[in-house]
Amino acid sequence: MRIKAKLKGDVATVKLLIKHPMESGRRKDEAGNVIPAKYVQTVTGHVAGTQVFEVNTGAGVSKNPFIQVILTGRAVGDTIDFKWTDSSGASEEKAVTLK
Amino acid sequence: MNLTRRGMLKRIIAGSAVALVPFSAFAEWMESAFKADSYSAALAAIGAEGATGSDKVKLKAPEIAENGAVVPIQVSSTLENIDSISILVEKNPTPLTAQFKMFPGLKPDFKIRVRMGETSKVVAVVKAGGKAYTAESEVKVTIGGCGG
Repeated sequence: MRIKAKLKGDVATVKLLIKHPMESGRRKDEAGNVIPAKYVQTVTGHVAGTQVFEVNTGAGVSKNPFIQVILTGRAVGDTIDFKWTDSSGASEEKAVTLK
Repeated sequence: MNLTRRGMLKRIIAGSAVALVPFSAFAEWMESAFKADSYSAALAAIGAEGATGSDKVKLKAPEIAENGAVVPIQVSSTLENIDSISILVEKNPTPLTAQFKMFPGLKPDFKIRVRMGETSKVVAVVKAGGKAYTAESEVKVTIGGCGG
């Protein structure tokens, strides 16, 4: 996951780019076998243990999902912990510190 | 390994505690809504059947998407007391694509990229104060993004 955050005043604009195939379960491989579904279902964000963001996603989100989130009331030094979890239970966590 | 009865019980308890974690992590993901295979079923599953159009919901989507695999969508709203903002693609196999939940300090203004199999209406549903409000936009797709 790649995170880009820009703080302007107390408004943080955060761009998330998750590296994920987002297999919908409707695609077939070259041999004609259905590629099993595997897609990101939840992305969350926490600041110091308090939840500030959550999106639930379905099979219709593009491969390598891009999500932009805007948080207000933020300050330099705030660390936002992001985590995604997919339909297979795989997950990744990454934090960004505002500057 | 020397397994006593007590040791075995401890292992079983520890094992089941670990096994429970994934369930709680997924408790929020609404399977019935995200797997609903028609637009009306998806709307019903998110409790938005009686939704009305509102100019306080803004949906930005391209008029023409040359590549249905990556269609940029922006949704925002000036409504008060928002609980959630959902994005649905009417003609996709599973129309509900994303549902943003609201928290204090989170601006109701999101961008996400979605897949579209064919030309379709994209609908934003904002749930606020127990009611559902929508905005929609037609996106013409020249190359679908759902096939293989």
